[in-house]
Amino acid sequence: MAEIHLKNLAHSYMKTPQSPSDFAIHEMDHVWQQGGAYALLGPSGCGKSTLLNLISGLIKPSHGGVLFDGVEVNNIATQDRNIAQVFQFPVIYDSMTVYENLAFPLRNMKVAKDKIETKVMEVAKTLDLIDILYRKANNLSADEKQKISMGRGLVRDDVSAILFDEPLTVIDPNLKWKLRRKLKQIHERYNITMVYVTHDQLEASTFADKIALMYEGKIVQFGTPRELFEEPKHTFVGYFIGSPGMNFIELTANNSEGNTKFSFDDIVFPLNDTQKQALQNTSSTNIKLGIRPEFVQLSASAHPDSLPCEVVYVEDLGTYKIVSVTLGKQTLKVRLGEDQQIPTETAYLNFPEQWLKIYIDEYLVDLSTGDNNNE
Amino acid sequence: MNKVQNNKAWWLVLPVFLLVAFSAIIPLMTVVNYSVQDIFDQNNAYFVGAEWYKQVLSDPRLHDSLARQFFYSATVLSIEVPLGIAVALMMPTKGWSASLCLILLALPLLIPWNVVGTIWQIFARSDIGLLGYVINNLGIDYNYTSSPIDAWVTVVLMDVWHWTSLIALLCYSGLRAIPDAYYQAAKIDRASSWAIFRFIQFPKLRGVLIIGVLLRFMDSFMIYTEPFVLTGGGPGNSTTFLSQTLTKMAIGQFDIGPAAAFSIVYFLIVLLVSWLFFTTITHLDKDKTKEQSYD
Repeated sequence: MAEIHLKNLAHSYMKTPQSPSDFAIHEMDHVWQQGGAYALLGPSGCGKSTLLNLISGLIKPSHGGVLFDGVEVNNIATQDRNIAQVFQFPVIYDSMTVYENLAFPLRNMKVAKDKIETKVMEVAKTLDLIDILYRKANNLSADEKQKISMGRGLVRDDVSAILFDEPLTVIDPNLKWKLRRKLKQIHERYNITMVYVTHDQLEASTFADKIALMYEGKIVQFGTPRELFEEPKHTFVGYFIGSPGMNFIELTANNSEGNTKFSFDDIVFPLNDTQKQALQNTSSTNIKLGIRPEFVQLSASAHPDSLPCEVVYVEDLGTYKIVSVTLGKQTLKVRLGEDQQIPTETAYLNFPEQWLKIYIDEYLVDLSTGDNNNE
Repeated sequence: MNKVQNNKAWWLVLPVFLLVAFSAIIPLMTVVNYSVQDIFDQNNAYFVGAEWYKQVLSDPRLHDSLARQFFYSATVLSIEVPLGIAVALMMPTKGWSASLCLILLALPLLIPWNVVGTIWQIFARSDIGLLGYVINNLGIDYNYTSSPIDAWVTVVLMDVWHWTSLIALLCYSGLRAIPDAYYQAAKIDRASSWAIFRFIQFPKLRGVLIIGVLLRFMDSFMIYTEPFVLTGGGPGNSTTFLSQTLTKMAIGQFDIGPAAAFSIVYFLIVLLVSWLFFTTITHLDKDKTKEQSYD
């Protein structure tokens, strides 16, 4: 059982990294607790596979350390780290039967025969592999193969963490949810730390208790799926999570007659005092407002603080509608319920203040403290 | 609905049909034709039925060279296949050294057969050849023109030199096709390097090895040029293989009938052995219901 601590970890594939852009993983300090189900979410090329390989020891970190239960394992080889990894494409030993595949790690560890038998049977039962136990592994379907490669991690008593590297990529869509549920069951049953790498937010939020969202080699936010949705700590989180992603409006500050106004495309944005307060303290010119399409209010008549806009396009997605509107030169998306009336042409937008987020230099400003998360 | 009767499409098959006819069927039928007749001149041909086949199959010269042939192919295969795999496993995987190794390995394959024979004919001579001279100076009595064993060793050595590269190159490409994840998974499963070879590399190489072994079997079973140039089949008949016996019969003695019958038998043997080999190998792939032992 293990807690995985990434201590000041950074990694560069170059021998002598010069600039921050030479790093695949930027310096981070992060803890995966024992027994947790975590997802590592991010777009292709953000460094999630690198991070996974650093944990499993297939890559040695160039800076900082990986700690298992407080012990640094940088110099411990993969095979001695007590972790198992499931890869994007199912890795099975073609010439062996399912049983032999599952028994392989134990046989390599010279475990007694009857012990192997009980262990393999137990795991095969959990994974529903009993019926095909004595069939050759290479004639099976992708999802069965993927279950086998997972099973090889589960048979070992010493495994304290299983790492998944986009394990459902080659699985048929209708089998994906089945396997995902299996993963959940296994997690509950075996109390193993699981880290699941994916670029699919749906997969991440159904599997994991907590999601680490990666962007350009950094973990930009670590939180529950709900936190990621409601309080994106970084504009990228807002953009990446949700469908469609968060709306962003870039603001510029104009100083006139002693008070500062924040506007875009010559439209002054109605902000409350706390919001203004937070913005006045910054010298940065990179100011963005963010709001989720779900929280924007669209109506046919004007309300206090509403802004007039043009409805340009409506996408009907069955259970909900996505309305595109233009406000000044900005295009915003609004998500409305199926039965909600959609105004034609001119409409009015309202931005409820609890859902309106302010970003300075791409990081969220905490309005209760005025702190910018950018460290 | 009326089905449109249009058989013009058959004409499209004609080019292929002609090609196959000229390249395979007609020559083969000519041989079949010769093998069942006794031909004296253009107008004097007599049907003799299976007579030539009987004669050929009971000819001790043929039995001898057939036995030699099998022994030769078996020897050559049992050296070249493991050696080729070993070479492929030891080759560097990237950088300039990998390219250099590939070029060096490909070189023997580019040399024409009769040149290979000539190279070894001189290389192995005990008076002026580097190899023969060195061996003799090491105190070992070696002369491939007089000792049948020396001649055999030389012919086998030449074939190994010439063709191991083929197996090695095939295996090398097969090894490169194995995704890294397999090695990583094996590491996590704590597999020994022998287990990695036995359960990952070897099974993944099977496809290319089937091709390699088939090619090497057929080529070695039909070998002609190299031993002909190197030893001329001697000393005595010790390195006379099937195709050389056949050539002697067909061209040297102009026994067209028996030679044709022999060709057919020869052809069938190659076909049969290749088929047997292929079906056995592909059959191994099928599911086994019983658990097989691991060790």
